[in-house]
Amino acid sequence: MSEVARSEVLPVGGSDTVSTAWWGMVCLIATEGILFVYLIFSYAYLGTQQSGPWPPSGPPSLKLAAPNTVILIASSFVLGWGVRSFKRTRNQRSLLMALVATILLGLIFLTIQGFEWAEKPFVFSTNAYSSAFFILTGVHMAHVAVGVLILLMLLVWTLAGRFEQSHHEHLPLGALYWHFVDVVWLAVFTTAYLVPQFT
Amino acid sequence: MVAQLDTVDSPERRKLLGIWETAPGLYGWLASVDHKTIGIRYLCTAFFFLVIGGIEALVMRAQLAQPDLKLLSPDAYNQLFSMHGTTMMFLYALPMLSGFSNYLWPLMLGSRDMAFPRLNALSYWVFLLAGVFLYVSFPMGQAPNGGWFAYVPNTNLQYDPGINMDVFSLGLIFLGISTVVGSANFIVTLLRCRAPGMSVNRLPIIVWGTFTASAANLLAVPAVSLACAMLWLDRRYGTHFFDVPGGGQPLLWQHLFWIFGHPWVYALVLPAMGIVSDALPVFCRRPLVGYTLVAISTVATMILGFGVWVHHMFATGLPVMSLSFFSAASFVIAVPSAVAVFCWIATIWTGKLQFKTPFLFFAGFVMLFVIGGVSGFMTASVALDWQLTDSYFVVAHLHYVLLGINVFPVIGGIYFWFPKMTGRMLDERLGRWTFWTMFVGFNVAFFPMHITGLMGMPRRVYTYPAEMGVGWLNLISSLGALIFAVGVLLFLVNIVKGLRSGEPAGNNPWDAPTLEWSTTSPPPVYNFATIPQVASRHPLWESRLKESEERSVIGDKASDGMVLDKGKETIGVTPLDAEPNVVLKMPGDSILPFLLALGMAVLFFGLLSQAVWLMVTGVLCEIAILIVWLTPKPHPADEEVEVYE
Amino acid sequence: MKRLIAIGLTISLAGCSAPLSYLDATSPVGGSIASLGWGLTAISVGVCLIVGVLLLVAIWRGSPRGAATVVPVNDRAPIRWIGVGVAISTVFLLGSAIWTLVTVHSIAGSPRPAALSIDVIGQEWWWAVKYRSDDPSREFTTANQLVIPVDVPVQINLTSRDVIHSFWVPKLGGKMDMIPSRTNVTWLEADKIGDYRGQCSEFCGLQHANMAFNVRVMSQADFDAWRNQQLQPAASVAGDPRLRTFMVRCAACHTVRGTPAGGILGPDLSHFGSRETLAAGLLPNTPENLARWINNTQTIKPGAKMPELHMLASETADVTGYLEDLK
Repeated sequence: MSEVARSEVLPVGGSDTVSTAWWGMVCLIATEGILFVYLIFSYAYLGTQQSGPWPPSGPPSLKLAAPNTVILIASSFVLGWGVRSFKRTRNQRSLLMALVATILLGLIFLTIQGFEWAEKPFVFSTNAYSSAFFILTGVHMAHVAVGVLILLMLLVWTLAGRFEQSHHEHLPLGALYWHFVDVVWLAVFTTAYLVPQFT
Repeated sequence: MVAQLDTVDSPERRKLLGIWETAPGLYGWLASVDHKTIGIRYLCTAFFFLVIGGIEALVMRAQLAQPDLKLLSPDAYNQLFSMHGTTMMFLYALPMLSGFSNYLWPLMLGSRDMAFPRLNALSYWVFLLAGVFLYVSFPMGQAPNGGWFAYVPNTNLQYDPGINMDVFSLGLIFLGISTVVGSANFIVTLLRCRAPGMSVNRLPIIVWGTFTASAANLLAVPAVSLACAMLWLDRRYGTHFFDVPGGGQPLLWQHLFWIFGHPWVYALVLPAMGIVSDALPVFCRRPLVGYTLVAISTVATMILGFGVWVHHMFATGLPVMSLSFFSAASFVIAVPSAVAVFCWIATIWTGKLQFKTPFLFFAGFVMLFVIGGVSGFMTASVALDWQLTDSYFVVAHLHYVLLGINVFPVIGGIYFWFPKMTGRMLDERLGRWTFWTMFVGFNVAFFPMHITGLMGMPRRVYTYPAEMGVGWLNLISSLGALIFAVGVLLFLVNIVKGLRSGEPAGNNPWDAPTLEWSTTSPPPVYNFATIPQVASRHPLWESRLKESEERSVIGDKASDGMVLDKGKETIGVTPLDAEPNVVLKMPGDSILPFLLALGMAVLFFGLLSQAVWLMVTGVLCEIAILIVWLTPKPHPADEEVEVYE
Repeated sequence: MKRLIAIGLTISLAGCSAPLSYLDATSPVGGSIASLGWGLTAISVGVCLIVGVLLLVAIWRGSPRGAATVVPVNDRAPIRWIGVGVAISTVFLLGSAIWTLVTVHSIAGSPRPAALSIDVIGQEWWWAVKYRSDDPSREFTTANQLVIPVDVPVQINLTSRDVIHSFWVPKLGGKMDMIPSRTNVTWLEADKIGDYRGQCSEFCGLQHANMAFNVRVMSQADFDAWRNQQLQPAASVAGDPRLRTFMVRCAACHTVRGTPAGGILGPDLSHFGSRETLAAGLLPNTPENLARWINNTQTIKPGAKMPELHMLASETADVTGYLEDLK
């Protein structure tokens, strides 16, 4: 290696894969993601070891869960649009609208799921199925709640002008987390709601 | 070219010192994010837990020295053996290796700190508080008592009332946070925080080992955290994951626990094997033979390690077809280990040996590795394991692999890097006495257990009848344990002696090749005055090894490399080829990691005592602290730096 | 290190006569595993010796002679030797894996249909044993002992009433866990008449260490006689005052066939007098030990589910006399 030097302008902090925060978020998603793999494994294992039907009380109703799924997935598109347009145009309005809309959709998701839980003919401690069902959907709900908190903070920081200049890495990373939570819901929904309809 | 760094005072260095040094006093002590401070804290705390776990073992060995002794009640024995396992497996083995890696990585990689210094501090404080959480139960006589493996239904509330296993399950979830946070830090540091030119094929093997272990931990720890959460919920909220009357499955616990547990044991040894791969060659005066083979075998072992967990469940009555698969996989996993062993032997064979204390530990390690490895080979055979499992043969195996492949390299590693960390040498003669006492004591304690196992002595028993015929072998084991303990004592004496009056070490007392030996001993808080430019695997041996014409540059002046003194800065590089592409701003002292860990402790004590107000307080504090931590701070968009070709 | 291994081998040969050792098992399953065990042990010892020698030679070769300078290296030859070593190791690993799978295949199920089926149900910290039959009138329950005929495959159906235990008779075969909610089926066959010891081998709480049992192997004729004897109800005299004491003090938890005693919390005590040991293999079955056991349960086996009864001397004499007479 010679000592010929040239001056170069490097970003400070960087964004996306250039930053270290992005990789940190990927690590978080990896570890939380595999948690859901283990949750689904546990749910499936308990089911295969039962002699009776699984779920014992019949497949869960899709009446609330299916539209709820649409709401959550839609929120990802809304958020993605908002963050992308802010990155392009630096226009705070679309970002703020997207954040508020996503937060509302997330809260609606949580509320509807709360109603759905209340309507169930079983509680957490009824049997193995109920325990598995509630821990699977419950851990997901907790992740959604954390996601809503993150979005709230992004909203507050946007309003406070913290993303005025170039340091807006929090936004795509928060959005990445939200997309992760939504993709996980697809896996949870398929496992706990769709598969029982056909087995 | 390596500049002479005896003159540590210069205007550039004084400026860096002003930027990087930790605040004095209690605040600085609590708020430091310096990886070297955190590394040493990990080493000391983990060693403390090693001694505690060792004392627990000595008490157990006293009870087992002869048949039908009544020194301990069965309940006391069960708490002791459970805490011994939990302490060693969770509070000693990985944190000790995290300590080495935390201290060494930035120095070895040519960086000024880890990727996330505050997360680094957090992972230490959580480790400390989780250890306290687990041990607070001991004086109350309520220590975990279901074994470190905590099989259900034995640990369900019905058979284990009392808070023992609540402490265990919540404590492991708590500790798991530290492990996962630390793992993420290592992964991102490796991928991005290296000196220019430190490409992946130039990394020290300890970096390969810790990186592999960290990636595995990210994927494995959630399994045990989930299992523990389910156990705690079964016990306190009446759920039915594991309890049979409600449709629960005892084997679900075993699957989840061992899906975590097997990768975990490889995480406990691969970084230590890396210590040997990096330090042994120094005492052979040559590079490691087969660097690429050893790096690949490290990764291969870890990947295969995810596919063998059922070998802990060979006697559970699972279908023979699946048992056969896992048995075959458990044989295959020996192959990369064989590669590594032959590489170490070849390094010794072709080396010019220096019989210093570290070398003794590393040579001893090779033999113990092989003995532990072959007893593992025997248990890999499912048919033979139907006799061996749950007998003292497995106790022999696990201690040979854990002490042989973790503790011995760790002690050797301390002898090796103590001069770098403290600026003083440890006593060589005392070191030789330490090695031989520990080596002899260890083998006298644990070799007979192969035989007691083959004679049918089951494990986890608080006593045994004279008719079993294993009394005299157990006596020998107990005496060996005492001898080993004397060895540990000698080691501690050497540490104290070294700290007080050890010979000054200088920068590179062993004439070793890697970057950490280019700094002063101890290194300055900012590690490097200029970011090194790395040209090979052995920067300080380049002119002698003559592998190429290129030379690394580790210097003092601005013309030697990037200075990066516009604040706490280090360079970020591309993952594979280590080309600089971003300036990373490092945080200064921060009390937030300590506070966040405290908040977690409040939450977990709230969960343990089922006090809702404590839980809520804990959660609210956590949220508030995290918001402060993550609030975006303004910084310049870019910076001009010197990039070298 | 080599010396230690040689000593170890000698010791292990000496230890072969221990009641729970299994490298000297001769039963079909136990013997099959023992051959595999000796083979893998031989390979293991060989590997340790070879590596030990290589290490010692390497250290002797590398002893400092002259300046310990760092010089350029060419590792083509060492790498080739590493390849040789790994290749040889892989061959042995592969061979051992195949031998293992062949052994598993031969012992996983009995080659002949089982002549006898016994349920063994583990509980904290004793063994309920139920002999099954196609004819329900020939089924009976005992505890803490198995009696089986020689040279006959016996099917054992394992489960647990509480936590996970493990059924292990080292000289007759490998272990199998007893898991509540599952029935694990194993089999064993003895080829020599005699007594064999079994031990619980999965940590199951306070008295895991003291949960043992006996397996007595008899000729077919003797076994048939034993079985018929077990099927007899208790030979009790009507109005036996000892039985009255037993009913008052013990019948809440214990059963004796042929009497009104029908408790199921503790071991079935029918024909207790013919058993070798009591308290799950803990003490030899003598009147003195039985008396000690009844009145000092928690001292002898702390944590056992049987309460310490502190009976009067007369009650103790009644109960021990009655039980020991139940042959």
